Amino acid sequence: MSGHLLEVKDVCKKFGGVVANDNISLSIPEGSIVGLIGPNGSGKTTLFNSIVGYHPIDKGSIHFKGREISNMRVPEIARQGMLRTFQQTHIYGKMTCVQNMQISVSQTNEGFGTMFSKFPPEVMEKADRLLAFVGLYTKRRLMAGDLSFGQQKLLEFAMALMSEPKLLLLDEPTAGINPTLINGMIDRLKRSNADLGITLFVIEHNMRVIMNLAEHIYCLAHGQLLTHGPADKIQYDQKVIDAYLGAK
Amino acid sequence: MQGFQILFAAPIFSVQLLIDGILIGAIFALAAYGMALVWGVMKIINFAQGEFVILGGFIAFAFINTGIHPFLGVPLAAVSLYIIGWFLYRLVIVRIVEKDLFISILATFGISIFMQQIMNQIFGADVQTAESGMGTWFLFNNNVTVLQIKVVSFVIALVIGACLALFMKKARLGQAIRATAQNARAARILGIDTDKVYSTTFALNAAICGATGALVLMIWVIQPFMGLAYTIRSFMIVIVAGIGNVAGVIVAGLGLGAVENFAGFILGTEFQAAFVFSLLVVILVWRNFLLKLKRSYLE
Amino acid sequence: MNNTGRKFVLYGSILVISLAAPWMLPAYQTQLAFLWMMVLFALTWDLVGGQMGYTSFGNIVFFGVGMYVTAVIQRNLHFDIEEYVHVAGAVDMLTPGQYLAGLFLGLGASTIASVIVAAILGACILAMGMRGQYFGICTLGLGVAAGELASGWEYIGAGSGMVTPVFPDGLGERGVFFYYIFFLLAGILFLTLRWLYSGRFGLAIKAIRDDEDKAEAMGIHTTRYKIIAWCICAFFLSLAGGAAGHLIGFIDPTEVAFAGATFGVWMILMAILGGKGTLWGPVIGAVIFHFTQELFWTYLFGWQRVALGGLIIAVVVFFPQGIMGWLRDRWPERFGYWVEESSGSDPFGDAKP
Repeated sequence: MSGHLLEVKDVCKKFGGVVANDNISLSIPEGSIVGLIGPNGSGKTTLFNSIVGYHPIDKGSIHFKGREISNMRVPEIARQGMLRTFQQTHIYGKMTCVQNMQISVSQTNEGFGTMFSKFPPEVMEKADRLLAFVGLYTKRRLMAGDLSFGQQKLLEFAMALMSEPKLLLLDEPTAGINPTLINGMIDRLKRSNADLGITLFVIEHNMRVIMNLAEHIYCLAHGQLLTHGPADKIQYDQKVIDAYLGAK
Repeated sequence: MQGFQILFAAPIFSVQLLIDGILIGAIFALAAYGMALVWGVMKIINFAQGEFVILGGFIAFAFINTGIHPFLGVPLAAVSLYIIGWFLYRLVIVRIVEKDLFISILATFGISIFMQQIMNQIFGADVQTAESGMGTWFLFNNNVTVLQIKVVSFVIALVIGACLALFMKKARLGQAIRATAQNARAARILGIDTDKVYSTTFALNAAICGATGALVLMIWVIQPFMGLAYTIRSFMIVIVAGIGNVAGVIVAGLGLGAVENFAGFILGTEFQAAFVFSLLVVILVWRNFLLKLKRSYLE
Repeated sequence: MNNTGRKFVLYGSILVISLAAPWMLPAYQTQLAFLWMMVLFALTWDLVGGQMGYTSFGNIVFFGVGMYVTAVIQRNLHFDIEEYVHVAGAVDMLTPGQYLAGLFLGLGASTIASVIVAAILGACILAMGMRGQYFGICTLGLGVAAGELASGWEYIGAGSGMVTPVFPDGLGERGVFFYYIFFLLAGILFLTLRWLYSGRFGLAIKAIRDDEDKAEAMGIHTTRYKIIAWCICAFFLSLAGGAAGHLIGFIDPTEVAFAGATFGVWMILMAILGGKGTLWGPVIGAVIFHFTQELFWTYLFGWQRVALGGLIIAVVVFFPQGIMGWLRDRWPERFGYWVEESSGSDPFGDAKP
C-alpha cells in the first residue's frame, strides 16, 4: 500500500470521553475517487478534520505525498496541495464570485513579492472558465454572499478547483442541492477528476451519488472502520446495511 | 526596585499588601461575575462595565450627600443601575444582541465613552470618596492595619455573590437565564421569553456593578475616567477563570487584587494602572499561545 | 464623459482645491492641517479594521511612538537634554536647517521604530491567532498601557510631557508648512492604499475579514498579511504623529500622544461613519466628522464629548454601513456593484475546464 497519495494509519482521536476515530486506516491512490460513508456520528467529518490538520490526532500517522503531515497546520497542508470543502459552505461573502476565485489561486509559491502584485490576466481567464464550468458565469460579478445556498456550494467547489489541489476532500458535496441539479454535480466531480487529475475523497450520505461516483468506498460506524471495498460490493454488504439501519 | 527589597527585609509588609489586595479583590470578583453573566447569556462583552461601576459609585455618592448612611448607598445604587441598565438594554443593546461581533464591541464601547463624558459633565472630574465612619483594626503588633470598612465591603460583596448564585440556581428566572446561556434557540422553543431573559440579565449586571461602585466609593475613590480599569479587571478575571466557573472567578478576583497591590508597591503607584493594562495583554497573549500550541480552535 | 475622464476631474479638482486651501482660508490653516490628519487616521484604521476586519482600539500606540521618537530626535540633536528638560523647551531658536533636519530625521526614525513595534506586537498578538473581541480588548489595553508607561518615563518628560521646538522664521507660516506635510502624507497614504486594494493584497485581507478560517484552509499566508497590514498602518501613523507633535507644540502622554480617548476613538468613528471597507468611505467620514466636531465644539462646548459618545452609539447601531455603504445600497450600479446577472451566455459554452 505504499506510494499512495494519502495514507492514513491507525488514526485515533478522542474528544473528552468520546472516541470519535478509533484506529482508522485507509489509503487513497492518486487519480482515484474514493468515498467515505457511514451513519451520522460515525466520525467521518472528524476524520476529515484530522487529515486536513484542523486538530492534532492522538495516535497514528497521516502521510500525504509521502510526507508525514499530522503535525502540520491547516494552511501548510493546504499549500501542500490538499484542500477541503465544508458541509456548511464557506465562501467570502462580501466579495464578488470572480474575486473569490482570484484569491483562491494556489498559494504554494506565494512569496513576499507576489503579495502586492496584481493578478495576471491568465488568472482572470481561468476564473471565468471555472465559473462557467460550474454554471456561475452569468453570476460572476455578484456578491458571493447574495447567491443561493446551492450556488455557493458550486462556487466553493470552483474555488477549490482554482487552486489546483492534488487531493480534494469534499464533505457532502450534494447535500442541500436541488435533486434535479445533483446529476450535474456528479458530472462535474467526475470531470474534475478525469480532466484535471484531481484525486477526490468524498463524504456522502446520498447512496446513489456515491455509488455512481466512487471507485472505492470506506464505511465508518461508531468511530471505527467497518469495512471497505469497491463500490458495487459495498452496496450490498450486509454490515453496511446493518450499520445504517441501526442493527448492532 | 526598592519596593522588592523592603518586602524581603520586612515580610510583614507582604501580609499588609496581601490582606488589602484580597479585600478589594472580592469587589473585582463581583464585577467580573456580572460581566461573565452578560457574556455567557448574550455573548456580549460589556465594554462599559467599568463605567457602570463608577456610575454606581456616583449615584451612591449623590444619595450619601443627602444624608443617607453610606451603607444604604449599596442597595440604592444597585436599584438605580438596574433601572438604567434596563433602559440601556431597551434603547441600544436589544438591537445588537445576536448581531455582528464588531457591532457589539463598538456599541458597548460607545456606551462607555458616552457614560464617561456624561459623568464628567454632571459630577466633575474630581475624585470622590465617602467616609463610612468606621475604624481600623491593628494586627500583628500594630504592623498591619486593616480598615474595618474594607472587611465589611468584602463581606457585603460575598453576600451579594451568594445571593446571586442562589438566585441562579433556585429562582425560575435564574434558571431561565442559565438555560438561555446554554442554548438560546432551545430556550425559545421551550417557551422561555429570551428577550425578558436578556433584559433582566443586562439590568442585573448593571445592578451588580452599581453595588460594586458603592463599595468602591467607600473603600477607595471614584472618578469618571477610572472605569476602564474595572472593565479590564473584570475581563481578565473572566478570561482566567472561564465563564461558567464561579469559584474560579472568586479566586481569580482575590488573586488579581493581591497581585495588583503588590505590583503597585514594587513598581510604584504611578505604574499600577500601567501594570493592570499590561497584565491584560500578557494574559491574552499567553492564552492564545497555549491555544495555538494545542491547535485548539475553541474561542 | 467616460469613467476615466470623470476620475480625472474628481482627483484633479480635489488636488487643486487642496493645494489652494491654506491660502484661501488663512484663518483655518491649522484646522485644515488637522483635517488631513483625520483623513489619515480614518484610512489607517480602515485598513486593519474595515478591510481586514480586525477592530483595533490601539492604533494610537503607533501615533504616540512616532510623536515621541521625532520629538526626542529633534531634542537630542540640537540641545543639551538636561537644559531642555529643565527649561521645558528650547532656550534658543533653531535655524530652519536645524529644524528641518531634526524633523525629517526624526520622522525617518519614527517609521522604523513604529514598524518594529508593529512587527513585535504582530508576532505576539496576530501570529498567535488573537481575533475579534479579544483582539479589540487587547489593543485597548495596549493603547492605555502605552500612555501610562509614557507618563512614568522621565527621559521623555514623564507626566509633564515634552515640548517641541518653536517653529523657526524663514520657513513661511507654520500652519501652511504643516498643512502641506499632512496633505502630502494623506495623499501618499490614499494612493498607496488604492494600489494595495487593487491587487492581491486587497483581496487577501478582505478574505481574512470575510472568513479567516476559510482563508487559512485555502492556504493563504494569513499571518503575513495581517502583520504587514498593521505595519503599513504603523508606518503612516508614526509619520502623522511626528508631524503632529511639532505642529501642536507640546506632547502630553495621555492627552496628545497616546490620546486613546480622543484620536483613538475618532479614528474608528470616522471610518464607520464614512463606510468601512471602502477606499473613499474613511475620507468622507473624516471630512464630515472634522466639520461636525468644529460645530459641536462651538455650540455644545462642554457637552461635545458627550455628543460624540452618543454619535458613536448611533452610528454603530443604526448606521453601521456608513455613508458609502448606504450609497451602495441605494445605487449599487453607480458605486461598482452588480445586482443583475451579466447578460449573454458564457463564452465557453459547456467548456472543458
